[in-house]
Order: sequence, then structure tokens, then C-alpha cells
Amino acid sequence: MTGTRARRGSTTTSHDSQKAQENLHDGAPSSSLTSCRLPSRPATQNPKMEKPDELITTGVLASLQNFIRKCIVAVISYGPMPKHIAFIMDGNRRYAKFRSIKEGSGHRMGFSALIASLLYCYEMGVEYITVYAFSIDNFKRDPAEVQSLMELMEEKINELLENRNVINKVNCKMNFWGNLDLLSEPVRLAAQKLMASTAENKGLVFSVCMPYNSTSEIVNAVNELCTERREHAGNCNGNSPNNGVHSDISVEDLDRHMYSAGCPDPDIVIRTSGETRLSNFLLWQTTFSHLQNPDPLWPEFSFRHLVWAILQYQRVYPYIEQTKKLAKKLL
Amino acid sequence: MLPSHCPAATHQLPTSACRRTSPAALPCPRAGASPVAEALLHRGLRAESLPRHVAVVMDGNARWARARGLPSSVGHEAGRRALEEMVRLSGAWGIRALTAFAFSNENWSRPKVEVDFLMGLFEQVIHDSVANFLREGIRLRVIGDRSRLPVSLQKISREAEEATRNNSLLNLTLAISYSGRREIVQACRKLAEKVQRKALRAEDIDEALFADELATGRASDGFPYPDLLIRTSGELRLSNFLLWQSAYSELFFTDTLWPDFGEADYLEALSSFQSRDRRFGERKL
Repeated sequence: MTGTRARRGSTTTSHDSQKAQENLHDGAPSSSLTSCRLPSRPATQNPKMEKPDELITTGVLASLQNFIRKCIVAVISYGPMPKHIAFIMDGNRRYAKFRSIKEGSGHRMGFSALIASLLYCYEMGVEYITVYAFSIDNFKRDPAEVQSLMELMEEKINELLENRNVINKVNCKMNFWGNLDLLSEPVRLAAQKLMASTAENKGLVFSVCMPYNSTSEIVNAVNELCTERREHAGNCNGNSPNNGVHSDISVEDLDRHMYSAGCPDPDIVIRTSGETRLSNFLLWQTTFSHLQNPDPLWPEFSFRHLVWAILQYQRVYPYIEQTKKLAKKLL
Repeated sequence: MLPSHCPAATHQLPTSACRRTSPAALPCPRAGASPVAEALLHRGLRAESLPRHVAVVMDGNARWARARGLPSSVGHEAGRRALEEMVRLSGAWGIRALTAFAFSNENWSRPKVEVDFLMGLFEQVIHDSVANFLREGIRLRVIGDRSRLPVSLQKISREAEEATRNNSLLNLTLAISYSGRREIVQACRKLAEKVQRKALRAEDIDEALFADELATGRASDGFPYPDLLIRTSGELRLSNFLLWQSAYSELFFTDTLWPDFGEADYLEALSSFQSRDRRFGERKL
């Protein structure tokens, strides 16, 4: 089991998402990261969320951090880089509990960590990022928590809609995978609007799974495929024998109807907070992905954890590639 | 109460209900009697928090043999002994279902000599073990793409399944020539055919219906969804094994190669399972 030991006391990526977006306005995505603290700095046990002022570092120090980060990215880029990374963002509530802050704030800090990771991945040249934001099973939670999560998502999606030029600068194409009918009207409309407005972008593809269940994705694909076949058979009107239509259903056919059609399978699946489960996430697509379970909780997931994850992947890359090629030949 | 098709639901069935529905066999001293519980406690495990269904990817035979400078056939023989030991331990500790990934779809690309040896080994193992299964109350099932298996192996596995059909203490499933994706495609084909015959409307296909079509069968059959999935030899992947069924399984990865996987490793996996907090999405992802 891959694990990284992070000091729970350090507040690594606890920068405000709003700050990140303000900084994005200034220019290159990397400038937003000047407000992040690198984990190598001595960390103090701070149970409260930091004020924005405390996060602004001086110009010289910021440039140094930028430079170090760019060096590290350049070095690891010598090895094979993953094209698609998937994240299961586990640990927000536990983070809030450890820090004795309000539970909703744990999710907000999780969002900040998400934006940071997205930008780090963009810097490293990762082309596809998928995150497990909300599972269909999570609707069973306390209604108050579900409501606050929905409100947070609506708020963030609307923020991204307003700052559309930010996304366009990173050339990000956004996808929402899942059974969108289960969402409340405002959230669904906002999500659809965001997808439509970024549909033409050709850069980083950012897919948010909400509300998502891999089993229902598979059933949905089967549903669509059966309907398609039935219509096709209806058009032929009994001229083709019954068997012909179905025995040629293949893996590619199902692939086409998955929400992830068009995206390659994830190379790495990272589930934070040390839990080793897939929890119904991308079961179909992750059959040959490298599964990693670092110990840090999601809001603590930072640049060095990402670098470590990629290094782990590079270590086993030759073997994985071999098995993948073999499998694709035989499937 | 979760609907029964959901992988999470089977774990919530109380154990007494499971025992009642199994056919009344000879009273076996192993079924939940105190000697078992004592033996488990002795090893630091609690009977009620053990997994009902354990799945294992038996990886590492060839590597084990190579490390000792032996041919891979020796590795596979050693792997066979490890599996027999695991079956014995599972029965002794009250685990109700065990699924072993013996041969995957991708393994067909191995050298013909090795593949032929493995097919012969499977045939021999099944043939030799039927008597033991009947004695111990083990029910055998073979899943996978049978059309690619040699005819003799198909015949003997069918016969063994028939012979052990009424056993209920331990469900042993061997996945030979199996691929998770193929299983899903197979189920899809069957459903498409039903839709074509107008026996079913496409809109009515839901998770329950789909789960019933899978090779591992209905939820009422036993324990189709593994609680714990063990993968040996340090690989951190699922490799096309029980994709649908392992949605909520706890994964346990170990660096030990399969032939070396013994009681101590099994205990480690079970203790690790015991200490996990399974939430099925309710409190947290």
C-alpha cells in the first residue's frame, strides 16, 4: 500500500479559493500559487482558518518557491508522466473535526486544495483530471450536510461561470459526470451552463463526478446501448436474425456510452486519508490504473504529495504499460 | 434498508438470517460454535466482524519460481498448495464465500507451455478436490469464459459444480479465463437480447436487474459481493477482477508473493479488515 506520512499539524494548502481566483486574474496560473505555503516551511498548529493577509508572502520568497517548483516539475517530467489522474477527495470532515472548525469549512478547504491540485497538474502537463465530488450514496447523509454541500457546489460553479475568462486562460474544458437529474434545479442548470460555455476549450479536461455511482453509470450505458440496438433492429425490420444484433456488442460499444467516452482511462487513482476502497468510483475505467492511498486528508494534499504520487507511478510504469497493451489486444 | 441489489445491502443482512435460509444440512460443529470463536479470539479476531466473502487475486507464482531459479510450473504448484490452505482456513474461521482469481483473460497470452500446464493443473485440482469438497460442505463454482477452456476441463468443472451443488458451508468460486469487463459485456448482451425479444423494456433495466445477469448471480444466492479483496505480490491494481462486485470492497494489498501467502498473511489481512470503518457513502465517501 502506498502511503505518505504527512504531519497532520501542518496547514499546507489552506489558501482561500477566492484568493486563488483573484490571483488567476493577474496572469499565468502559477501566480496563484504564490499564496500557498510549501510544506517545508515550519508549520504551527493553527486550529482556525488563516486570514488572507497572513497568506501573502514577500516577492522574493514567492519567486523562490515558484522557481523551486518549476525545477521539480522539470525533473520529474523526464520520466513518463500520467495523462489522466483521478482523485477521490476523502477526509474533509475529518480535517474539520481535527481542527475543531465548523464542518462546512472542511469542505471549503477541500475545494481550495482541489483548485491548487488542478493548477499543479496543469503545470505538469497532465491533460485529464477527474474528481469524485459527490456520490449518489451521499444523498443518504444528514440532509443539512447534503444541503450545505449542494449550496457550496452551486456557489463555486457560479463563481467559475462569472470568472469564465479564468477558465478560458487555462483553456479548461469542464465536464460533469453523473446522474444530473438528481441534483436540485439551480445546481443542475449552473452545471449545464458551465459545461456548455467551456465545451469549445481544447486544453485541460476537468471532470467532476457528481452525483455519481459507477454501477449506475454502467447500467445507464447498458440502457442506452439496448435502446440503440432495439432501434437499429427496428429499422432493419426483422431482416437480420436476432443473434446478429447482440453477439457483436463489445467493450468499445459500452465505452462509447459511458460518461467518460472520449477520455482515456485514468493512469493513477489517488484516494486520500488512507482508506483503501474504490467506493463505486470509475469501476469500469480503472481496471488497470495504479491505485494509491496516501495518508494525508484531502485538504492537506499538496504539491509534494502529488510529486510523490507521480514518482510512484513512474516506478511501476514499464510493467503497467506492458499489461495494458496486452489487455487492450485481448479485450 | 438498502435494496438488495446494492452491493452494500448484503453486508447488512444479519448473520442469523443467512444461516436460516441455507438448507438444513448435517449439524456441523464448525457453524458458529464457540470453539471457532475461541480460536479466532486467540488470534485477535472477532467472529462478528470478519468478512463474509473474501476475494483474492493469486498473483506472483511465476515470480516466486523465478526468484528460486525454478520453472514456473513449480510456482503454480506451490500456488495450488497456498490456495488449498486458504480454503481450509476460510472454512475453519467461518468465512462463507471465497473467490479466487486463477486465470485471467490476459493470461492467455502467456507461453503455450505454461497455459497448457495451468489448464492441466486446474483439471487435476478440481478432480482431486471433489471428494474433499463433499466432505467439508464446500460448493464449487467456476466463472469465466468457458468456451476457451479445453473440453475436458469444461466437463470436469460442470460435473464438480453439479456434485457440490447442495453444499452450503463455503462457496468457493474459481475465476478461470475471467475478465470483469467481459462479464459486464456478457450481461449487456443478454439484456439486449431480452429487449429485442420484447421480454423487457430498455427503460426497466436497473442495477438490480443488471446484477442478476452477472455470472456471480443473485444476491439471494449467497454473498455475491466481496467484503475484502486481497491482492498479493505488491501490485496496486484490480486488473479486471470483479469490477462491479468490488464497488464497496475493502482492498488489501500485500507484497508477499502468492505461494508464500499463509496463515500469518491471511490473519494480517483479516485484522486490517476488522479495523476499517465501512460507511458505504452514508457518512462520508
